[in-house]
Parts: sequence; C-alpha cells; structure tokens
Amino acid sequence: MVKVLLWGSLADLAGGAREVAVEATTLRELLDGLARDHPGLRPELSRGVSVSIDGRIYNDSWFTPITPDSEVVLLKRLQGG
Amino acid sequence: MALDDSKKPRVFKVVGTRPDRPDGIDKVTGRARFGADMVAPGMLTGRILRSPHAHARIKRIDTSKAEALAGVKAVVTRADFGTVPDHVAVIMENCMAGEKALYDGHAIAAVAAISPAVARQALRLIEVDYEVLPHVTDVDEAMKPDAPVLHEGRQEETVPPGMSQNVIARAEFGHGDIEAGLAKADRVLERTYRTAATHQGYIEPHACLATMGADGQGDLWVCTQGHYMVRNTCAAILGLEQGQLRVTASEIGGGFGGKTTVFLEPVALMLARKSGRPVKMVMSRSEVLRATGPTASTSIDVKIGMTKEGRITAGFAELRYQGGAWPGSPVNMGAMSGFAPYDLENVKTVGWDVVTNRPKAAAYRAPGAPMAAFAIESAIDELARGFGLDPLAVRLMNAADKGTKSSYGPTYPAIGLKATLEAAKAHPHWTAPLGKHQGRGVACGFWFNFGGDTCVSLNITPDGTVTVSEGNPDIGGSRASMTMMAAEELGIPYDQVRTVIADTGSLGQNEVTHGSRVTFAVGLATIEAARSAKREMCRRAAKIWGIDEEAVDWEDGAARPAGPNAGKFPPMTIKEIAAVASKTGGPIAGHHEVTAQGAGVSFATHMADVEVDPETGATKILRYTVFQDAGKAVHPSYVEGQFQGGAAQGIGWALNEEYIYGEDGILQNAGFLDYRIPVASDLPMIDTVILEIPNPGHPYGVRGVGETSIVPPLAAVANAVSAAAGVRMVQLPMSPPRVLAAIQAGG
Repeated sequence: MVKVLLWGSLADLAGGAREVAVEATTLRELLDGLARDHPGLRPELSRGVSVSIDGRIYNDSWFTPITPDSEVVLLKRLQGG
Repeated sequence: MALDDSKKPRVFKVVGTRPDRPDGIDKVTGRARFGADMVAPGMLTGRILRSPHAHARIKRIDTSKAEALAGVKAVVTRADFGTVPDHVAVIMENCMAGEKALYDGHAIAAVAAISPAVARQALRLIEVDYEVLPHVTDVDEAMKPDAPVLHEGRQEETVPPGMSQNVIARAEFGHGDIEAGLAKADRVLERTYRTAATHQGYIEPHACLATMGADGQGDLWVCTQGHYMVRNTCAAILGLEQGQLRVTASEIGGGFGGKTTVFLEPVALMLARKSGRPVKMVMSRSEVLRATGPTASTSIDVKIGMTKEGRITAGFAELRYQGGAWPGSPVNMGAMSGFAPYDLENVKTVGWDVVTNRPKAAAYRAPGAPMAAFAIESAIDELARGFGLDPLAVRLMNAADKGTKSSYGPTYPAIGLKATLEAAKAHPHWTAPLGKHQGRGVACGFWFNFGGDTCVSLNITPDGTVTVSEGNPDIGGSRASMTMMAAEELGIPYDQVRTVIADTGSLGQNEVTHGSRVTFAVGLATIEAARSAKREMCRRAAKIWGIDEEAVDWEDGAARPAGPNAGKFPPMTIKEIAAVASKTGGPIAGHHEVTAQGAGVSFATHMADVEVDPETGATKILRYTVFQDAGKAVHPSYVEGQFQGGAAQGIGWALNEEYIYGEDGILQNAGFLDYRIPVASDLPMIDTVILEIPNPGHPYGVRGVGETSIVPPLAAVANAVSAAAGVRMVQLPMSPPRVLAAIQAGG
C-alpha cells in the first residue's frame, strides 16, 4: 500500500482524511485507486492533478513506479508561464 | 535521466561559456521574421469587432451590411464555429463571444477584407444589439452574495453553499496547527494586501497568418510560446485533424506566459476557410491590453506569528484572485508557493478562484506566486523589523533546506535557498550605506519548474556539422543553450552546431514553452539525442576498424579505441565519420522523445535600494541585486538576462503597472502611455549573482531560471519603499499618489 498525502480541501472530499492508503505500484494505478476508493475525489482528479513522488513532480507519466516507502503528495495541477 | 554519477565534478568546455547568440545578427539587422512579418499572395487583412461593454447580453448581430461592402471577403461570428469540444469551449468563448460579452474588448465578430481600411469600415457596418448587464471588476466585490453573476453552474463542489456564483473554487493547503503555533508567538501580525492586475507587457503584439486550402489542409504562421498547443487547440475548434494543420512559430518579441494560449488564431483560420484566401491578423496595443491575458488582481489576508528571536511559529494566508471572466486564476499556485521558502511547523493557505468582468487571465511568469510572495514577505519583514531583527537573518533562521516538509506537501531534495541568502548576506550591497529618504528591502521567492512532452532531432550533415531541431519557440535563448549542450556532448565547437525551431509537421508533440521548462527539458532531450548520435558514430568507427563497438569511446569530437587492447587506430573525427556515412550504413542522426520529469524547484533572494521623494511620493530604484540558484548556468549571459528581466517586470508591477477600470467597467489605460512599464531610464543596472546547486534530475544539473526572478521583487521593493517612507505599504502599485497618501496619513 502507498500512503498518499492530500491537500487540505481535497481531504474534505475524502472524508476528512489527510492521508489515504492505495494499492498501487505505478502512478496510473495510484490515480485509478484513488478514484475507485474515494469517489469524492473524482471531480478533482478529472480536472487534472500533479503528483509529487519523492520530491519530483509528475503530471501524466502513468508508468512511473511507486514503492510503499515513497513519499506521495497529490497536488493541484501545476501550470507555468 | 539523472545527474551524471561521476565522482569528479564534470569539467565543461562549452557549457558555462558566453558565445555570441545565434539570433543576434538577425535581430539587430531586422532580418528576423516576427509574427507580423509574413506575407502571402492574395492575403487579406483580418480585424475584430470588440465589445464596448463590460457585461452585456448579445441579442442580435447583423453582419449583412458588412458582407455587402466591396472588398469584404468574409465575416465570422460565434455561430460560424458551431459546437466545439468541451476542452476548448472556454478558449472558444474567449476568442469569440457567444450569448454574452463578458468584458470590455471581448471579441464579437471578425472580418477579412482586401485592405485594413476596408476591414475597419466593415467593422463599423456590423450591427450588434446589446442588453447591457450589471458588471463587477473587483475581486472582493465579485465575491459578495449580491454581486452581478457572470455564469451560472460553474461553481465547483469545493465552494461552501451560499456563496456568489462568481466564486468558482476553493483550495486549502498546509500542515500543522495554526492556532497552536500562533499561541507560541511573541507577536501575531495580521494584514490585508492588494495587488493590481498587470500585463506581461511583451513588445510584440499577437499576430498570425492563416491559410486553409480547399483540401482541408491548413497552415498557420504565428507568434506564440507553443505552436503545438496552437495546432491542437485550433484543430479542435475548427474540427480539423491535427496532422492537417501545420503551424510554424515566428520569432517572438516576448511572451512571459501571455502567449501560452490562442486569441486570434482560430478566428484567422475560420476567416481563411470562409474566404478561401490567406488572412493576416495583427493586434493593436490597445487590443493586446484589452483582450489578451493579463494576470490576476488579488486581495490577500496574512496572519503570521513570530517569536522575538525571529522564529516563525505559524503562517496563514487567505488568497482571493480574480482571473477574469472564466475560471482558472492562478490562486492555487500562489497558495502553494507563498510560504514555500520556509521551514514551518504550522502553515495553512486558503485560495479562492473568482470570476469578474475582465479579460481571462493568462499565465504570467510564475503565475500566482509574486502576489502571494508580496503579502507574505511583507508580513515577515514587518515582524522582523518590529523586533529589531536583521530581515536576512530571520529568513535564514526559517529557511527551508534539504529534508524540509514544504508548505505545499512534498519534502525538499537539495535546494538552493540558503545559498542565495548567504550570498546576499555576504554581498557588499547588504552593508552599503543608505542616505536620507532611502530604504533597503529583501525578499525570497520560490517557483516549481516543470518538464513535459519534448522531442529533439539531431542530424549529422555530410560535412560533419550538426543541426538540432527543437519544438519550442526560442523565447529566452533556447537555441543558444541547445547548441551549447549539443556541442558539449559531442565534443565539438559551438559554431559547428545550429539549432532551429521545427514546425509542427517535423517533430512529435512538444509542450508549450512555460514553467521554465525548456533549458531543462529540451536540454535533457538534446543531450540524449547527441548521445544517441555518438553511439551510432562509435558503431560506424568500430565497423571501419573491424573491432567491437564496445571497444570504441567518444572523446573530444572523435571516436577512439577504448584502450590499448582495442587496437591502434587514429581517432576518427565527426567530420571523417560523416564523410563516409553513406558508405557505412546511411545518414547519421540522434533523436529523443520524452515526457521530461525531475525539474528541480528554484529559489531566489532579491535586494532593492530605493529613494522615496517625500514631497511627491515618487520612488527611484537606486540599486538592485538578484541572487538565484540556476543549478548549472548553461549560458550565463542569458541566465543573467532572465534574472534581470524578471526583476524589471517585478519592479514595474510594484511601482506603476495596473489595469485601471472605470465605474463603467471599461479599461481606462489601454496603451503604453497610460499603462506604464519601466523603461531603461527607470532602472539601475541590475546586478546578478548566479548560484549553482546542481539539480539531480538533469545530466548537467540544470534548473529552469525563467520565472523565479519575478517572484521576490514586488515584496523586495515594497519592503524598501516602506523602510524609506517610514510607513508600511500594503497595496500595489506603489504609485506616487498612493505613496504620498500613505506618508501623509502616517505623518
């Protein structure tokens, strides 16, 4: 299981949990698992999110590996100028 | 691809030097072709009719008189585009109004005619029946329950019930316990700060030339930060297959985020489709200011607790950003980045995305971050000065470092914030004496930096020179930096490589030039493409020599036997290998396609000295120094230019720039005479100090540098002005009347 830290208002949509556990070995499995286990997160996930894995930020790299001891943080979708 | 895992620091031969820029001659001689410079046989002039109202229902548009005018070849309105896919619906609405005009300058209709004069005359013949509606342009006003509502049904589930429909989204970030942290403070400071909307101020207006053949194939020449984005967006809006639309990026006279979306391009293509002729469209400066994408105006509450020793015990900020007429202000980026420079046990930010009757905000260099930094860095400065503490020492005491849990969630790897603060403290600027009415301010800033989809093709020509094709418009020196990284990797001189910007038919998908991503991501792909070409050249040399390819190394631009056991062969240079390529297996090239990851975050510290005239309130910037971590500066002159450019734009934001709307919701200063960006005579030479803390996610250690430099200046200048004027400034711009009023109120 991978522990995923949720930002504050997202935690509200996941029943108040700041951290949730998801069975996942890749980024795609992580996002699918979050949507499956926490339906309240689906609108935000469908709008697009960024994910920080061990301090590196990923957007759409489905097959990025995640290990159980990875630090995983769900972020609002990042954009730059 | 991670930083080269060598025990010895890499010794660069080309990277880190300052060769002449490859576009320099073209730009100083006028040979460079910008958006408005392209022509085509039979070309028409396109012009747009814009709303004179801030908010109005469009009851009827009659274009018949315009269509009947001699010389008019096409007229389009929103109806010509029909239904468009959801993911481009807002972009479409911004390019051409549907049921309502949502801001002063919103496009209503467009014409294509044989001359600018005929086009202007045709616009006057278009009859529009408006029902003028109440409007709102201020963020705090727009959030009130009785405010005029722009849209129904766009509010996200994150917004508590009962709020105005103009409040689109709420997001909260942070960790710890704010109240417990505040209870440990010796002083808790609460302030509200406000910033005005500003424009990127790029010198080149938007421009494009569109053709659409009867066979459904289109071509677009355009000034943009991302021609692949333009292709994909326009194809979706016009119902084209992406492969049928070729987009070529012109030279670009500045973008800074403002050219990361489309405004004219789908309209030009539709006019070209209807008229069967090429259509050229060029915005005026007034149109650029009224109807492109400025940044958000903001209203921010900050609450920070600090001990008398300078330790921050808790930080809270509530940020309200209006992003114009549709959702998508950069408030989340502000909420995530404002406290990012600090190692805080208790931190929380709340962001509100609000719509108003203003043009839809586009990205502007570190979108959302400068305003948050202005508020938070001002509060930290006021607390530090209130305790009689050194504001640099306070920032160092609280600075984030490797292992810090950031305010937005992740734990930092190696970062360079402390290095910038220590460099600032050691710099002679910090201890230089100040005179009467003068003040010094410092501030820190953070930005994320991105990677993204990237393709590079590197070709070895028959004479052994090298061409690199990249898919990102060169807005900050990418041709020079790609040329340098290719030369470095291949071990050949800089002048043996030329980098070009390929059109959308020549490479795979490339993400927009944004997020300070190009030197990092395209550089990474360029290095990998060069390595691929090197492997092939080693393989060719091995075949010529009749030895295993593993027994060949590449060094200083030539293949060489890897050791004495590989055999005694003289090195084969790139030119020698290229000359026989058609006899050894064919042309030699390397390419690399990647969704780049591992862009390292970036930090900066800025220091400003100002003098405030107590009789007029006018501020003069006396001295300014930027300290920023570049990871590895590929071409230090360009890096310095990015530092200086961000500082200059931030100084303008701090002192003079603002969108001024009248009571009627009409923009009052849509021109550079009244919207005042800094010019050279307003600024001192901006000094720069480049720190190099390598990014472990890049083979040469490169970090993006393009955006971070605009994050600290608003606060650095505000802290300096506050010190000089003897009164705390909490609203931008700090124009002379505002500073004078603050001095008089304080005195």
